[in-house]
Amino acid sequence: MSIVIENLSKDYGAAPVLSGISTVIATGEFVAVLGASGCGKSTLLNVIAGLEPPTVGSVAVPAGGAAFMFQDAALLPWLTARANIELALEMRGIPRAERRHRADGLLELVHLSDAGTKRPHELSGGMRQRASLARALGQDKEVLLMDEPFAALDAITRDLLHDELERLWRAHRRTVVFVTHNVREAVRLGQRILLLSSRPGRIAAQWKIDPSVRSDPAAAAKLTQDITARLREEIRHHAH
Amino acid sequence: MPTSQSATATAAVDTPTDTPIDNRLENLKELEAGLDHLQEDTAPVRRPVATRLLLPLGTLAALVSLWQLLAWFASPRVDLVPGPIEVLGTAAGLLVDGRLAEAVATSLQRGVLGFLLALGIGTPLGLLLAASPLLRRGVGPLVSGLQVLPSVAWVPAAIIWFGLTDATVYFVVVMGATPSIINGLLSGVDTVPPQYRRLGTVLGASRIQGLLRIVLPAALPGYLAGLKQGWAFSWRSLMAAEIIAVGGSIGFGLGSLLQQGRDLSSMAVVSCAILAILVVGIVIELLVFAPAERRLLRRRGLAPGAGR
Repeated sequence: MSIVIENLSKDYGAAPVLSGISTVIATGEFVAVLGASGCGKSTLLNVIAGLEPPTVGSVAVPAGGAAFMFQDAALLPWLTARANIELALEMRGIPRAERRHRADGLLELVHLSDAGTKRPHELSGGMRQRASLARALGQDKEVLLMDEPFAALDAITRDLLHDELERLWRAHRRTVVFVTHNVREAVRLGQRILLLSSRPGRIAAQWKIDPSVRSDPAAAAKLTQDITARLREEIRHHAH
Repeated sequence: MPTSQSATATAAVDTPTDTPIDNRLENLKELEAGLDHLQEDTAPVRRPVATRLLLPLGTLAALVSLWQLLAWFASPRVDLVPGPIEVLGTAAGLLVDGRLAEAVATSLQRGVLGFLLALGIGTPLGLLLAASPLLRRGVGPLVSGLQVLPSVAWVPAAIIWFGLTDATVYFVVVMGATPSIINGLLSGVDTVPPQYRRLGTVLGASRIQGLLRIVLPAALPGYLAGLKQGWAFSWRSLMAAEIIAVGGSIGFGLGSLLQQGRDLSSMAVVSCAILAILVVGIVIELLVFAPAERRLLRRRGLAPGAGR
């Protein structure tokens, strides 16, 4: 077991953001967390990452913590793509002599070998997210937390990055928690989907995605429809 | 196994139903390279050098013409409104007898040294205040107050403490410039995007690592703006000090030249001094701060102001 969340609640003052969340995420599992705005899915991720403490309950992650990927690539603008990756290696304690070589390897992994000397503002949105992904992989943690990493990308680039992420996940088998508000994206990537209700965020429903579903466009479309219907039902609760 | 959604992205080259995933994923590299090339900025921005040089020079020419016109209108009173030609003549005279060069050299040396002193004092103080919110709450308003206080107000106090020595001049300059440098550094640290700090936490940075590798580099533009303002305050304070504190062991600076012009009722000398003070300010801005700022901002993909 990789991540164990038990009866997790989180509130800021009076307003509960997350309430009674319990789930176990297996090692190497890809879990998509889906929900409307304000359902606390980013908060959930922050708590798992240790950026915020839970109010009630507990979260157990593997020793050494988790790698994190932000919605905006969060590359440091004064560093080149390679130096951004090297920074993650440096903070892991990798000796200077090795960093360069490893960073090049990571850049190669996300097909950015030619962009190592470029600064973030010289990269396209997709390239920035790939560099950010390489940096997250460079953290070399068993768990990779992703906070809507592709939300700001155009559809073509996003589709490509879905393939890219799937490829890397297959090759490197991290435990991934992927937060999104995009149902298609959740169905496309997740082995399991957690649907969070809003205010407070509870696990409203979950689906196991059989691999056969994704190879069958009709089944995938059907599932996407079902989940969307369930999501809308959750949103409708807040009409009054 | 192929998947329906992403198959749409590769549909142009593959049939989505029966492509093995490994094949499809192998195409990724090429696809991504293609997209990368399409999305990258290709044309480097050309900066029109001609307008950058010609516009300020044109403005200068217009101003000098206006000045000459004014001098003609006031023509009987050349002593009140000397024209550009008279002032140029006076400047030539001051250059020949060495007074102008001496004044510029003395003032510049003091300004730079005083500024460096303020830099050496303001930077650690700024870091201290940035690191300790409690200290900042206590001392911050005082720093802002000092920044508003005209540094010329320190001149009498400095003369009482240090007499007519260079120490008086340096004291006034340091009091004038340090608050700006502190506040620049603080505002630089304040405007570091919270995301960067979160990134530091996520990457497992220690407090020192986070400060040295993330917060301070991110605060650099604000700090540089503070330095620029600090230099402006140094230069102004210096002139104020030099005008008021004349004689003793204090050397002959541009402020002293200004004061001498006043004593001699020579508007031409006064004009020369004012122009020299202005020119030094412009030259330092053009040679030191503008290039540093341009380099810093351009590296980060930010556009420096169009005015330089």
